Amino acid sequence: MATRSLNDPRRQVKVGTERVYDVANTEFPGNYPGEDHSWNLKKFRKDLKVEIQRLSRRSVEFDLVGVDASIANAFRRILIAEVPTIAIEHVYVWNNTSVIHDEVLAQRLGLVPLDVDPSQMEYHNGVATDRNTLVFRLQVACERRKGAAREETDPEKLYKNSNVLAKHLTWVPQGEQESFFADHPPKPTNDNILLAKLRPGQEIEIELHAIKGQGNEHAKWSPVGTASYRLLPNIQIHRPIPPPLAEKFQKCFSPGVISVDPTTKEVKVADPRRETMSREVLRHPEFEGMVSLSRIRDFFLFKIETESAYPPERLFTEAVTVFRDKVKRLKVAAQALAVEAAQAREGEADADADAAMETD
Amino acid sequence: MMTRISSQFEKTRKVSGPRALQPSQWGMLCPSDTPEGEACGLVKNLALMTHITTDVEEEPIMRLAFMLGLEDVCLATGAEMYDHNNFMVHVNGMIIGLTRTPLHFVAKLRKLRRAGRISEFVSVYINHHHRAVYIACDGGRICRPLIIVERGQSLVTAEHVVLLRAGKMTFDAFLKLGLVEYLDVNEENDSRIALYERDIVFSGPGRTTHLEIEPFTILGAVAGLIPYPHHNQSPRNTYQCAMGKQAIGAIAYNQLNRIDTLLYLLVYPQKPMVKTRTIELVGYESLPAGQNATVAVMSYSGYDIEDALILNKSSLDRGYGRCQVMRKNVTMIRKYPNGTYDRLADAPQEENGGVQKRYDIIQPDGIAGVGERVDPGDIYVNKQTPTNANDNTAGMDGSVVASYRNTPMSYKSPVAGYIDKVLLTETENDNTLVKVLIRQTRRPELGDKFSSRHGQKGVCGLIVNQEDMPFNDQGVCPDSIMNPHGFPSRMTVGKMIELISGKAGVLTGKLRYGTAFGGSKVEDMSKLLMEHGFSYSGKDMLTSGITGESLEAFVFFGPIYYQVQHMVMDKMHARARGPRATLTRQPTEGRSRDGGLRLGEMERDCLIGYGATQLLLERLMISSDKFEVCACETCGLMGYNGWCPYCKTSQKVAKLTIPYAAKLLFQELMAMNVMPRMVLEDV
Repeated sequence: MATRSLNDPRRQVKVGTERVYDVANTEFPGNYPGEDHSWNLKKFRKDLKVEIQRLSRRSVEFDLVGVDASIANAFRRILIAEVPTIAIEHVYVWNNTSVIHDEVLAQRLGLVPLDVDPSQMEYHNGVATDRNTLVFRLQVACERRKGAAREETDPEKLYKNSNVLAKHLTWVPQGEQESFFADHPPKPTNDNILLAKLRPGQEIEIELHAIKGQGNEHAKWSPVGTASYRLLPNIQIHRPIPPPLAEKFQKCFSPGVISVDPTTKEVKVADPRRETMSREVLRHPEFEGMVSLSRIRDFFLFKIETESAYPPERLFTEAVTVFRDKVKRLKVAAQALAVEAAQAREGEADADADAAMETD
Repeated sequence: MMTRISSQFEKTRKVSGPRALQPSQWGMLCPSDTPEGEACGLVKNLALMTHITTDVEEEPIMRLAFMLGLEDVCLATGAEMYDHNNFMVHVNGMIIGLTRTPLHFVAKLRKLRRAGRISEFVSVYINHHHRAVYIACDGGRICRPLIIVERGQSLVTAEHVVLLRAGKMTFDAFLKLGLVEYLDVNEENDSRIALYERDIVFSGPGRTTHLEIEPFTILGAVAGLIPYPHHNQSPRNTYQCAMGKQAIGAIAYNQLNRIDTLLYLLVYPQKPMVKTRTIELVGYESLPAGQNATVAVMSYSGYDIEDALILNKSSLDRGYGRCQVMRKNVTMIRKYPNGTYDRLADAPQEENGGVQKRYDIIQPDGIAGVGERVDPGDIYVNKQTPTNANDNTAGMDGSVVASYRNTPMSYKSPVAGYIDKVLLTETENDNTLVKVLIRQTRRPELGDKFSSRHGQKGVCGLIVNQEDMPFNDQGVCPDSIMNPHGFPSRMTVGKMIELISGKAGVLTGKLRYGTAFGGSKVEDMSKLLMEHGFSYSGKDMLTSGITGESLEAFVFFGPIYYQVQHMVMDKMHARARGPRATLTRQPTEGRSRDGGLRLGEMERDCLIGYGATQLLLERLMISSDKFEVCACETCGLMGYNGWCPYCKTSQKVAKLTIPYAAKLLFQELMAMNVMPRMVLEDV
């Protein structure tokens, strides 16, 4: 579907031994005489390609082809910092006799990802209501387990609740929340996050308030483990690799990138996607001039990892929604500015007219 | 660990001799660990294996010497003593006898020592210039263990090492078997020590007698924490030795049960990715002081000039560099001679039945509850003192307590803390002591000081959101960004190798070694990087988090062990108005007394040079200690209220403004029978 060849030099970010060349896109209006690079929906539609490569429960990998780096980066930034999630913000410690201090425990609790669809909640505006705050309780006490062997050293077997885990967080429904969240009660996405360790006689009793927030305020509200992209590697072999060097050539790349024909020792690029750009070929003088490395400027191999309430495939569309909201806001502001400017111009014209009248 | 040694030599003298590194200090004292400046080379630290001897009884050794065929010096004539073939034998500097066969005598004594018949810390050596044999068994000599070499063969063999590794043999067993022995500096002079087994000389006058155990042990416990110190410029290692001692981290297993005056702790300390043998030996891994930060060596934003660091905000959110400060606050509940005593009181009630905000954490026993938050100005021990505490005329039965006045402990720090612990105890004279430990948890902020293990310190210049940070192909963002200008002039190659080894360690899931004169080889590490799809050089292709385009340069990227050194919160200080010293009425000095910032002599010179007279007047007098005096134009002395008590007149008394310090000087001179007179003239 990609209309342009990967070997088009204008699409390539060239990778040299000591530096990277042609980092920025040059195809902008007015740069190449006689070429029209103004934005055009039809062309954009034709070039744009989004294709999921791999999807698991916690991550998604997909190709995003045909957009500028700024757009791909905008999505990445929004994913990290602006897609809202729910996280614990207020911690009310009633009792904590464990070795871990209140503030440290509170920080750890904040980082626990919660399985609550953020679209079902509002932002906290200073007043806690059942629409913007979820209440959790953490009440754990450690006790000796009766009948443990005398020489036992494993705390799991010796004591009850020696580890306080995320699954110990219990949701306390407030107001209408009971029915509202009936089919999907709020809980941590992962039950086995270690929060604290206890020994007999120690206990923790805490009330926690979770609210909606964004990753740019605190990393705990970031929905992604990481969201990032890399450019598609492109390996161009200019001259045939001498058969005795084929194996060595293959070893200069990540496994599976280069295929060597077992009989003819002919070298072919099998799967450039797997290349991690170690630039090892460029280090060996025997391969000089035989190969050039580059990456495709508008071919983004996106990867999103998440541990949040969002399924990974939904995250990108969420980011698009946030992006569109931002664009909308910008559009409104720009229009308001245009109206203002027009009014100012009219005012000036009136004033001029008035002045002209007066001179008459 | 007690390793500090300080020389008696005068610190202020600027001579190089006593400060220089002496060849005899090899292996005994750490060549890197010495302070900079005044005490440089005079204060030193012991090397890793150094031992300091204690006194060993002389008598048995003297008896043994005589049994080995020594002739008593009391029976010798002058001719015998001065005979060129006779060697005198001294024990701790005292002549005891003569021998004709010193080599034989010394060899026999050493044999006995190696067999364990005499203490291993007795040293025997020949001084051919003095034609004497010295035996030393006094305390305070520094010595170190070495492997004994006999007939060109190290006595410690591979089998011994296997047994040692398996824990079936100990170092003491080696000593007992005569495989290793302690040598002091003098006996070292009498020995030939090979550094490595390959250097052993088999025969001839230069025959090897001993073998070094491990070359890295010439460094001390502090310098031993530096990875790849043999690749660094030597002053950097010295700087690191001074700095490593200030790093915040874990101090002891009981650190949360102790009540120290001031305790700095790291919330999440990590063991270093690149460790050394010394780190394992001194147990640094169990009580570490630092964290493995992913560092990108690149320029970013301009807020990283002059060694400043850029930190990733999300890393801080997740707990990177988080510190705790615990401060002890003590107050005594005293009993006074007149029978009265201090008391702790609950919070005073307001008229409406409530409690003032600053008393709200006080519990009925008059002390704040454990776990409560203490805001600035809050009272955490509500102590009251009787008003007549020092009045001894009152009845001795203690029944006459007139009234109490509040002498509470209030929280001074500008940032809120939490009550960590309260301890009630008693002093020797039965006064109750209240100790309150207050804890603060701090996340790194602008201006906090960080350092790597290579004498490279820097303050945090900017905290950047994660989305603005550059990232590599795997999506990894750095925890901090370091400016590459820190490298060329410092020549801390060890830091670069630490990064490469650390990165290889991360990729293979193993800790790597950066032991001095050894450690993981760069070549192997680069190979590992390559095998895992990274560039052999440790340089990655990064993407800018701001533009989304690839960076034009490859960036040196990987983990480096970083330590938190100081926090600005404890350092920053400014004042507009504030306390003044009573004597001179000038602003007080120093942060602890909320002092002013001094416009010193050199600054004064600048203002004079510039001609800013009014500014000078303001800085040196008006804003400092201006004082109005009445001076008599006739006698030139100071009066008061427009009256000159010397001339007994109020005519010709002028009012003028002078620094209070000047007035004080005049009066002090007058007290010494010197009469300063002011000559007043109209300008």
